[in-house]
Amino acid sequence: MTNEHRIFQSSEVFKLEGGSEIPTLHVAYETWGKLNDAKNNAILICHALTGDQYVTGTNPVTKRNGWWSDVVGKGKLIDTDKYFVICSNVIGGCMGSSGPTDLDADNNQIAIDFPIITIGDMVHAQYLLVQSLGIEKLFAVIGGSMGGMQVLRWIADYPDMLNCAVPIATAARHSAQNIAFHEVGRQAIMADPEWKDGHYNKNGTFPSKGLSVARMAAHITYMSDVALHRKFGRNLQNRDAVTFGFDADFQIESYLRHQGTSFVDRFDANSYLYITRAMDYFDLASGFDNNLIKAFDKFKGRACVVSFSSDWHYPPSESRTIVRAMMGAGVKVSALEVETDKGHDAFLLDEPIFHRALGGFIDSSARIFGIEGN
Amino acid sequence: MLMTLKTRPDFDAIIENVPQGAKVLDVGCGDGELLELLQTHKNADVRGLEISDEGVASAVARGLSVIQGDADKDLGIFPADTFDMVILSNTIQATKRPKDILEQIKRIGNRAIVSVPNFAYWKVRSYLFIKGEMPVTKELPDTWYDSKNIHFCTARDFEKLALECGFKIISVTPTTNDRKGQKKPHVDFFVNLFAQKVVFALEKL
Repeated sequence: MTNEHRIFQSSEVFKLEGGSEIPTLHVAYETWGKLNDAKNNAILICHALTGDQYVTGTNPVTKRNGWWSDVVGKGKLIDTDKYFVICSNVIGGCMGSSGPTDLDADNNQIAIDFPIITIGDMVHAQYLLVQSLGIEKLFAVIGGSMGGMQVLRWIADYPDMLNCAVPIATAARHSAQNIAFHEVGRQAIMADPEWKDGHYNKNGTFPSKGLSVARMAAHITYMSDVALHRKFGRNLQNRDAVTFGFDADFQIESYLRHQGTSFVDRFDANSYLYITRAMDYFDLASGFDNNLIKAFDKFKGRACVVSFSSDWHYPPSESRTIVRAMMGAGVKVSALEVETDKGHDAFLLDEPIFHRALGGFIDSSARIFGIEGN
Repeated sequence: MLMTLKTRPDFDAIIENVPQGAKVLDVGCGDGELLELLQTHKNADVRGLEISDEGVASAVARGLSVIQGDADKDLGIFPADTFDMVILSNTIQATKRPKDILEQIKRIGNRAIVSVPNFAYWKVRSYLFIKGEMPVTKELPDTWYDSKNIHFCTARDFEKLALECGFKIISVTPTTNDRKGQKKPHVDFFVNLFAQKVVFALEKL
């Protein structure tokens, strides 16, 4: 499968935050549009936990539309006729970038012999990719959820390499509640006998049940109580009465089971462990004397921080912490808290006010920084 | 500038009190119209605070840096002594705790410009006097129970509060819907009677 993806390969040993290294780093990525002559129209999009580099167009693995096709594309808010859009699979992922699905000399997946990675490592890999494309400064770095963490890391680690930052539905550190939900997911995977201490590939098994449960638990955190109730209520699934058994009587059960089983077809269980761990370890201020202001104070560009009122996974209060620190650092920051009942998932859905602000921020920033299309 | 003078005399009175290149915060900036004018005409470094997501989205689309938040709760987000000038345009009467807001403004800025609808305006007085009901006019279009304006005051009331909060009055500009009056050093009998709205320029002591 790896051969289908477009790959950047680094010529140097890639040193990780945790102290280990990846000898031959590869980063799978996609681009849309053209880099202009001034090389200043590039937008890097950072994907979330279970996302991938296929932002728009058809995803070759799922055969479905890319995860942000409504926003990115020809004539869309992030217009690929004007901007050069880049998205790469995070390292630790399973869509072609260095990760636990890499093969060893015996053609088995290296699985949990892959070293622990961090959000900072993911961003470092993106940095090398961006440099290899001949780009000295990105026009914008945009991402939601874990993608938003990467945006914040970009500001902190490469403040001179971006003009604009849009962290969406995210946090500057992973909360205890979020770590807890991730731990439930990981334990579900590791409790599956087919996980085989991580070496399922070598043993010809796959922890589908565990990964599926992990996805089900996580999926609940992406939706609000109100949205769940509106969509499913206590409606029964293809039946008139409860069956007094443990079958999926309720539509919500059936829906979650479907989310779980379809997820295992496209995602690797070990990747899920590695990426959730990277998110848990994320605490941006920790590298700056626990002072978040210092993480932002070298950034001279513009930022637009977006949150959603009913998002309890990365609630608006987390965004306010980011905004307060950015204000303290003197960053030109805007902050939007969209009123919606759709929960965390709202960042991927049709939210008119969010889209108006995002489009407006990009267009006005392009004017301010004198960005011209290709 | 002429257009503004014609359409919004209170905006014009605010703008003329802002020095070139000032760092300005507009509390309750709506869609950012005033901030954009200040940016264009005064080359000001502008920021805004706005309670509605729609207002913020529009202001962001103008290329402004605006934070969504509630003046009553969120002024604490701004570090001390960040701004040369804090503007409250037609906002303070809609806040829960006007006095706390003036205290916050004193903390984050050096000067303030506050425009307030004057409840002692003669038309408001006569409406109240003749009809015996809370005024519903073009300027104050909502009935008392629908109105967002929960802390009405007169020009003289506001001046008292500003002094009590430790501000010095630099100037007072009376305005009506269609014209801007002469600047005065303080609220006098005529300002309190004939100004529909009053623009106060304040400086912390």
